Amino acid sequence: MSAVEFSRVHFRIGPRTILNDLSLTVEPGETLVLLGRSGSGKTTALRLINGMQMPSSGEVRIHGKSTTAWDPVRLRRGIGYVIQEGGLFPHFTVERNVALIPALENWPADKIAARVSTLLAAVNLPADSFARRFPRELSGGQRQRVGVARALAADPPILLFDEPFGALDPVTRFDLQREFLRLRAELGKTSVFVTHDVQEAMKLATRIALLHEGSLAFLGAPAEFESSTHPEARAFLDVLHEARRAQ
Amino acid sequence: MLSDELQDILQEGVGLLGEHLILVFTAILIAAAIAIPAGLLLASRPAARRWALGIAGIGQTIPSLALFGFLIPIPFIGGIGRHTAIVALVVYALLPILRNTVTGILGVDPILRDAALAMGMTETQILRMVELPLAAPTIIAGLRIATVTTIGTATIAAAIGAGGLGVFIFRGIASIDKLQILAGAVPAALLAIAADSALGWIEKRLG
Repeated sequence: MSAVEFSRVHFRIGPRTILNDLSLTVEPGETLVLLGRSGSGKTTALRLINGMQMPSSGEVRIHGKSTTAWDPVRLRRGIGYVIQEGGLFPHFTVERNVALIPALENWPADKIAARVSTLLAAVNLPADSFARRFPRELSGGQRQRVGVARALAADPPILLFDEPFGALDPVTRFDLQREFLRLRAELGKTSVFVTHDVQEAMKLATRIALLHEGSLAFLGAPAEFESSTHPEARAFLDVLHEARRAQ
Repeated sequence: MLSDELQDILQEGVGLLGEHLILVFTAILIAAAIAIPAGLLLASRPAARRWALGIAGIGQTIPSLALFGFLIPIPFIGGIGRHTAIVALVVYALLPILRNTVTGILGVDPILRDAALAMGMTETQILRMVELPLAAPTIIAGLRIATVTTIGTATIAAAIGAGGLGVFIFRGIASIDKLQILAGAVPAALLAIAADSALGWIEKRLG
């Protein structure tokens, strides 16, 4: 069974069509990158997965069950969500931010504590020096790492990333991309990753879904993407080739 | 003798200060019990919010002496005495608390609300764990404004027989006795300053 399945999904706001007849699947363990310009509908597609939006027509199925049939709280607790700058709660310490969902799920305290230190170690923020800090006492890259740890906390099988590295400096972004690949190899989570950065897409994706004005312009592995003839794909590939030439 | 008069004032003053404190505390507690929950409800309802803030605003524009007077002939809530004064003080305290509660909740970064929802928090959990703690300093600031103004306005309550430090002030005005006026005004002012610093301290601690 696919982890995520879009079946003829349309999403409209009034007269505007944001997503037009989107059909695709995300298989367990893969990283599907939703690539597209601003306004292409990629973030909307992501928000349809965790039921933050509901399709105007068609169906989004998670583990085979339509998002309209899921209890939204149960659905979302099984899907980790990482946003830019982590979206951390400023009045919670790093520890409490990461422990939030396990605590709401009534895990015993010792299990939560163990989970928090495991996760902070996994994102290279040793609990000893970071657990009691507040988000404002962290750098952007560190906040982003905490955001990843928080999304992983209750061990959800699916992870969503909404342009998580967009606001970071190039060096930090490079580090975090490398760690994303390492964590993926270790944890084998199903991930859907939104970005407008074609280099990031090529680097992280097992498959790329290119969205153009709400429609799927390309779907396939990064190697196939390079030979796509779709004009929107060519536009992104020009950027990629330009960047490679500059290197 | 001056010292006799001072002694009388001191004796009577303790009782009046106590009455004053009861007036202010009761009014603020009732106003907070109405305005904070109302503010939480109104934060997500823009149309109702405009109406409620408008009505609470009108309540504040009524001159306080007139409001005390208006309330006297009204059955149940009106009449002579403490409870009428409390009703009037509640009317004045509502707006700052209501407005600051709404402002505090609306001031919480919408990204945090969105992230909380996407993580699978329920509306109640978001309110209790995210919105209220982050809005707390602004809500306390509203309580602070309401408390300080209520301490001042409560002196007028003596005009309708509600007691409090206003008794000295009205008596002093009637008998042209500066000492009596000061005996009411100075403790009221000190009380306002004390309440202001205490609530300011809490506001800072939370912020």
